[in-house]
Amino acid sequence: MRFIFKTDYEDDIRLLPHSGYIWTYGTLLVLLALAPFMFSSYIMSQIVFVCIYATVGVGLLILSGFTGQASLGHAAFLAIGAYTAGYLQQYDVPFPVYFLGAGLLTGAVGALVGFPALRLQGIYLVIATISFAFIVEEILARWESVTHGNEGMRVKTLSLFGAAIPRDSASFYYLCLGFLILIIVGTLNLMRSPTGRAFIAIRDSETAARSMGVNVALYKVKAFAISAAITGFAGVLFAHKMTFISPEMFTLQLSIEFIIVILIGGTFSLHGAVLGAIFLVMIDPFLTYLKDDMPGIIAGVAATFGASKATASNIQSNVAAFASANGLKGAIYGVIIMVFVLFEPLGLYGRWLKIKLFFQLFPLYKRATFKRQKIYVKSERNR
Amino acid sequence: MSYFRAENLSLHFGGLKAVDSVSFAVEKGEILSIIGPNGAGKSSIFNLISRIYPPTHGKIFFEDQDITQEPAYDIAKLGIARTFQNIELFENATVLSNLLVGRHRHSTTSLWQELLFLPGVRSAEKVHRRRVEQVIEFLDLEPYRDKLISGLPYGVRKVIELARALCSEPKLILLDEPSSGLNVEETDDMSFWIRDMKSELGITVLMVEHDMSLVNRVSDRVIALNYGKVLAMGSPTEVQSHPDVVAAYLGA
Amino acid sequence: MLDFVQQLVSGIALGCVYGLIALGFVLIYKATEVVNFAQGDLMMMGGFFGFTFIAMLGFNYWLGFACAVLAMALFGMLAERVVVRPILGYPQFSIIMVTIGLGYFLRSMAGIIWGTDDLKIDTPFSTGVLRLGSLVLAYDKLSVIAATVILCTLLYLFFNRTTLGTAMRASSENMLAAYYMGIPVKRVVSIVWAISAAVAGTAGVLLAPITFVHSNVGLVLGLKAFPAAVLGGFGSIPGALVGGVLIGVIESMAGFYLPQGWKDVAPYVVLLAVLLLKPEGLFGLHVRKKV
Repeated sequence: MRFIFKTDYEDDIRLLPHSGYIWTYGTLLVLLALAPFMFSSYIMSQIVFVCIYATVGVGLLILSGFTGQASLGHAAFLAIGAYTAGYLQQYDVPFPVYFLGAGLLTGAVGALVGFPALRLQGIYLVIATISFAFIVEEILARWESVTHGNEGMRVKTLSLFGAAIPRDSASFYYLCLGFLILIIVGTLNLMRSPTGRAFIAIRDSETAARSMGVNVALYKVKAFAISAAITGFAGVLFAHKMTFISPEMFTLQLSIEFIIVILIGGTFSLHGAVLGAIFLVMIDPFLTYLKDDMPGIIAGVAATFGASKATASNIQSNVAAFASANGLKGAIYGVIIMVFVLFEPLGLYGRWLKIKLFFQLFPLYKRATFKRQKIYVKSERNR
Repeated sequence: MSYFRAENLSLHFGGLKAVDSVSFAVEKGEILSIIGPNGAGKSSIFNLISRIYPPTHGKIFFEDQDITQEPAYDIAKLGIARTFQNIELFENATVLSNLLVGRHRHSTTSLWQELLFLPGVRSAEKVHRRRVEQVIEFLDLEPYRDKLISGLPYGVRKVIELARALCSEPKLILLDEPSSGLNVEETDDMSFWIRDMKSELGITVLMVEHDMSLVNRVSDRVIALNYGKVLAMGSPTEVQSHPDVVAAYLGA
Repeated sequence: MLDFVQQLVSGIALGCVYGLIALGFVLIYKATEVVNFAQGDLMMMGGFFGFTFIAMLGFNYWLGFACAVLAMALFGMLAERVVVRPILGYPQFSIIMVTIGLGYFLRSMAGIIWGTDDLKIDTPFSTGVLRLGSLVLAYDKLSVIAATVILCTLLYLFFNRTTLGTAMRASSENMLAAYYMGIPVKRVVSIVWAISAAVAGTAGVLLAPITFVHSNVGLVLGLKAFPAAVLGGFGSIPGALVGGVLIGVIESMAGFYLPQGWKDVAPYVVLLAVLLLKPEGLFGLHVRKKV
């Protein structure tokens, strides 16, 4: 076990508290840099989606995880970013300009949403953000002169300083990865500054935050704006990755997926956003695998346990029918959400911390360390 | 002119007069206690001062400035800090970050600087950290520095709330029942700290308290309140022997 | 003018549908302070149960109806026992997520079990209309209005006049205190899920002739019923009815008088406007935390 002796205030401020972190993240960075040379183009494409989802996840974490303002409307912010990029691109606006423009516009919209949200709590805020997202979705479908309505919009290949960056190139991956790292570092900086602490204070007790001099309204609006802006930036990358955007891509379903990202990853740490994004994006390849290979494997297993050939092929076709049933993805989503909330409330990152602690304390680790305590809830109505 | 002054302060909830034209003044550097039976309107006065409720009537002055219309978050910026009767700490954060929130009124860095963590932010953070460390030392909180609030016992939380208020370097501190839920030794510690706050840090203290022994030990003056009205005002012994106060407590 | 009245009446009928589903939201919220995002999907399950009993097993309509509602009540208890009980008392957000997960699961499973075609149940109300002058009202819609009003009244009385109702309100305010006062909180929560699922089941069967039975019907209607509950002020039973009717009328009027596209957004625009002015909904209680 490592003991850290703090000798300087700097020790509490540093992002990487000790050399172990430098090694870990250094190695990770090298691996990520080498990724395009190691993986197939399909996997690389999924990794790009991981980067985009993780970026949105970080944005959502700032708002929901750190400031405690639930949002089921982040798909709308992603859409605003994506459509701004698509629209400005038609007029040959260069990438850096429309990238920044999309982020700033989305941030401004986020601030506007933040104002009415100031007085709303809990479930009322959730429904307000859902309503906002529905309205945006409908505007996208109806404002045809700008968005081409339900026909959708084609997004041209990204070009940066005259060089084309196609959506499946290594450069595009580096762009997304670089932006994600930038956002993560920025967020970490924010969270170790007065603003970040004000966010946490608002989450835990608005009254106390106010009496300590935190302008609660201002910081809530800031949280909304920052969160929305990050999502808007991610929207631009998303648009370029998809090459085609239409209103039905930005539905409530997508907002829920973003919530799943931070929920599965763990809502208390930025690690959560990344782990959750990896998990969510990798469900698709997993399902494909399930469809293609599982029936054969299960039938094979059945055969080795003495099932007759007819039974085995029967099993195979049944499993295949089940695995390719329409909407199985929904059921798997549902089960994943429930399992995580019920059994892994701290998310994947929480599980990682538990495993780490197990090895650090070995052989003294007690199961009871993380045992759930019984909680008796009091009304959250009068907050 | 007094340091802090409340004039005809009233708070009505419909027909209920929680605070009924209360006037009092606090002199610079004194410890003033407000006593009274439950529901006398003591905490309501604090909530009026820290602008959790807007007063129905009346005005509040601090350093000869009318603060009745200031927004709640500006009260702290003026140098008035408070603690709460039923502890309002930031549960899921460490003691250190709780105390650093207390420094919020002194933070001057902008969002952009913070996002990049420019050298200015770093040095400001170190200043905050040093101030917090002084308060930690003053209140003997060293063992809890990196602990989460949610795991700490009640008595410690009470002290941390006081520490958080002190971190904002207030001129006037409002203590809402500082000894409630504390055992005898903890109350003793609390009484020493309150007196030290006055003598060493030069902070003016306005305090709501039920524990008469604590009130007697620390207060310079006492105000007794019942049904939102002032019954008596004066030195601790004067107030306690005042016939109306005795009647209010004994119900005679 | 006749157009207006016709729109108004069909808006009210539609609104009662929302109100009926919103009622389920409100019940669970009132008793446990949990928002059940799977409420619409419980309604959808009710429709499928009704279809199974009436169309597949050939029960008499009323018998099949009763069986479906009973089955739903049991199903509600089962759902509570499996996914909600273990995290009872955890922050609202956890439970909201669990019910979102439950909704996904139910939708998907219903699609796999019963298929994805629109199913239909023949009911005594399926045909026939009531004519009042030149106003035309379909019986199936009238049945929904009647059921909503009756259920609302019954449940309102239940919550405000019976001991069990009071126990439910108490356990939502402070679970631990309710335990100490001898209220069997777990059983209370279980019962309220049963009632709520039964209400959803009733809605599901009644709506079968109007909306058909389909695995996505719950999601679509649930997303309208949810604003209805919020508009009325979550936790108010009359509020659910009023909110539902308002949303229904707004939708129906917007569909008739405003350009295309407004029909679906108008309820949300109005909801946002109301929340701006009254953050706790029309009938919600505004309470402040005491410090």
